[in-house]
Amino acid sequence: MNAAHRFPGGLRLEPNRAISTRHPVTAVPLPERLILPLGAALGAPAQPCVSEGERVRAGQCLAEGEDPAVPPLHAPAGGRVAAITAHPAPHPSNLAVTSLVLETDPDAAAEPAWPALDAGADPAALRARVHAAGITGLGGAGFPTAAKLADAAGRVHTLVLNGAECEPWISCDDMLMRTRAAAVLSGGRLLARAVGAGRIVVALEADAEAALEAVTAAADDDVEVVTVPARYPAGGERQLVQALTGQEVPAGDLPTTLGILCQNVGTAEAVHRAAVEGRALTHRYVTVTGDAVADPRVVLAPLGAPFSDLLAAAGGATPGLDRLIMGGPMMGFTVADPAVPVVAATNCILAATTALCPPPQPALPCIRCGACAEACPASLQPQQLYWHARGGEVDTLAALGLGDCIECGACAYVCPSHIPLIQYFRHGKAEMADARQARTIAERARERYEARQARLAREAEERRQRREQKKAQARSGGDARKAAVAAALEKRRRRRGTAESDGDDGGRP
Amino acid sequence: MTLRQAVSPHLRPPRTVGGTMRLVLYALVPGVLGQLWFFGAGVLWQIGLATATAVATEAAMLHLRGRPLALFLRDWSAVVTAVLLAVSLPGLAPWWMAVLGTAFGLVFAKHLYGGLGHNPFNPAMVGYVVLLVAFPRLMSQWPAPAGLAGGAPGPIAAAHAIFGGGVDAVTAATPLDAVRTQLGQALTLPEIRQGPLWGALGGRGWAAINGLYLAGGAVLVATRTADWRIPAGVLAGIGVPAAFLWAIDPSLHPGLWFHWASGATMLGAFFIATDPVSAATTPRGRLIFGAGIGVLTWLIRTWGGYPDAIAFAVLLMNMAVPLIDRYTPPRIYGHPRGGGHD
Repeated sequence: MNAAHRFPGGLRLEPNRAISTRHPVTAVPLPERLILPLGAALGAPAQPCVSEGERVRAGQCLAEGEDPAVPPLHAPAGGRVAAITAHPAPHPSNLAVTSLVLETDPDAAAEPAWPALDAGADPAALRARVHAAGITGLGGAGFPTAAKLADAAGRVHTLVLNGAECEPWISCDDMLMRTRAAAVLSGGRLLARAVGAGRIVVALEADAEAALEAVTAAADDDVEVVTVPARYPAGGERQLVQALTGQEVPAGDLPTTLGILCQNVGTAEAVHRAAVEGRALTHRYVTVTGDAVADPRVVLAPLGAPFSDLLAAAGGATPGLDRLIMGGPMMGFTVADPAVPVVAATNCILAATTALCPPPQPALPCIRCGACAEACPASLQPQQLYWHARGGEVDTLAALGLGDCIECGACAYVCPSHIPLIQYFRHGKAEMADARQARTIAERARERYEARQARLAREAEERRQRREQKKAQARSGGDARKAAVAAALEKRRRRRGTAESDGDDGGRP
Repeated sequence: MTLRQAVSPHLRPPRTVGGTMRLVLYALVPGVLGQLWFFGAGVLWQIGLATATAVATEAAMLHLRGRPLALFLRDWSAVVTAVLLAVSLPGLAPWWMAVLGTAFGLVFAKHLYGGLGHNPFNPAMVGYVVLLVAFPRLMSQWPAPAGLAGGAPGPIAAAHAIFGGGVDAVTAATPLDAVRTQLGQALTLPEIRQGPLWGALGGRGWAAINGLYLAGGAVLVATRTADWRIPAGVLAGIGVPAAFLWAIDPSLHPGLWFHWASGATMLGAFFIATDPVSAATTPRGRLIFGAGIGVLTWLIRTWGGYPDAIAFAVLLMNMAVPLIDRYTPPRIYGHPRGGGHD
């Protein structure tokens, strides 16, 4: 079935998927050392629950988060924890993060599998298993899946399994559906059960024919298979929801608002492995491609394997290698060191020469041609945003919808002036966040000041009241004294009178 | 091995400013050939003069402003300005007019505002209007179209006229001019169109040239170099009121075909109004911008003091661009309808 709707803008880009899907999936040989960054998922870093020098089994839990939203980390292979130390991680900043370094031992024992959860399992137990297995979104954003499920539970009617690749060149979801379609659908059913969704939709791009065939063959009546036009960014959550339903996710909200939960097909497969096979998330499919790889292909890599090992498994990098990109050519970021490890969000390693990714051109001034606005899937006006981002006008940026920018890069790609728009927009978003924070701080300071003023006023009022009271007391106390004096005088007078009368009386026999 | 660090997107950009501008120049070729055929080789001299002046002026201004020469000369925008002005000039206008108009447009309308991308007014039209206001007689002396008074002047004759200090070729009123003056003399359109200047749709030669610019413009629209909304707006803005008055009294009001096929209508609609820098940028804004140019052109042609009006209409609408853009933002994904800013 074809998707009934369209999303605005977007680009028709050469998918270049066939290059990396010619070979069957290749397993990366177990590296001697695996590097497992502790801060790879969003949120607070996980805390190691093993110590340096400790021997661990394959699948053993190595680190846990104190926060239940932080998924635990498991050993992709048995071996010895050689060190817990800073190591470069795949992150746009290229900063080193605290990582577990695992010296692998192919003969080490494996952790026993968890008991299987079947299709009739309790939703809460399923969600707990997803958390325990350390599953994060495998589409590229890497959001902890259990947290997403907990948020969606009971609020959604439709589960969308997103099999539309985020970007050209990436083919790991395509390959996964070709090779593991039954596991993907099984995971999808478990996910739907975990959140109480009654309808399951698998969405693929129209040109992924082999994957479509595999998924259709594996699907029963309970699953709808829908193709969306192969137009970048069809794999984006918001664009996919629009293509499937014609509805737009309200600004600042998630698709759950519309009763829809989107999960990547790789995530669904990981859920199947966790629930049915009882195994934690320790491996993933990674596309190793580009024009600087000898033999591009999709590999099955243990988390923590260095990028260089994946390149070697794909025939090695060619001498013209100029950029090594994690992710796709539109949104991916360059890494400085091929020793950075694969993390759960690593869907693609793109090794490019300057023929595919030429050096950045000098930017010319914006000529307001509007090509960016035509390409924007969020119907923004990037040429206007650019002016205001340069001027640092955060209020205007917010009014023009910079917060709705998904940073897909379509605008920067079509810009004839080669302006790095996404850089400006990230900076603008950071400035917006700074301004929000400054406003929050100022607001709090104002509240504190007002509270203090109120407290001082209240205390002064209380003091005044006490004084008044005392004065009143004193006054009434004075009156009492006067009254007492008067009463005493009266008494005395009376007594005297009485005495007189007493006398009188006394004079009476 | 050092790996390059760069920001996304990483792919080769499909377009450049220079490539876009060159495409505009290629799309101008059919119209220029039409002018060459009907009005002689003067247009080539004018293009040469204006282009040489533009490149020299651009280089001088970039140098004065301390901007990189090679980078900005390769954007070809000054050449586009020059050619647009040159094809708007009467083919045998004296050489200093092309030089003056081009230099004025680039210095005052482009570089003094900050150069490429910063000019609120279309530099070619500023240059044109300066010449039109300063030298109205010279600007209206178009050569008679070929076939009317012998052949169109060849390169030597044109050079003689352009550099020899005066027009000795036969000139003729343009159709727009003729209609204006003769309607003023209480003639009706059918009577006016008896004259030798006229073809089936409009003036002899002019209709064909407009058709050729339309063909070039279609290329710009098809390649998305120009947004279809601007020329559509211009043509509708001219055509709708013209057709309306023509329907009321065809003997006094030239109709839609005459307006579309006369003067600089197609050149203006597809090449001048679509200058991205000085045009509106929102989709609805571009329709409004184009329609505004069309209506103003028709108004000035019908009741104004100048025979053609594209240049004035474009400059007037250039002024309205910030306002148009501000009030026509498209609805953003996930936002309620009608929820623009302000």
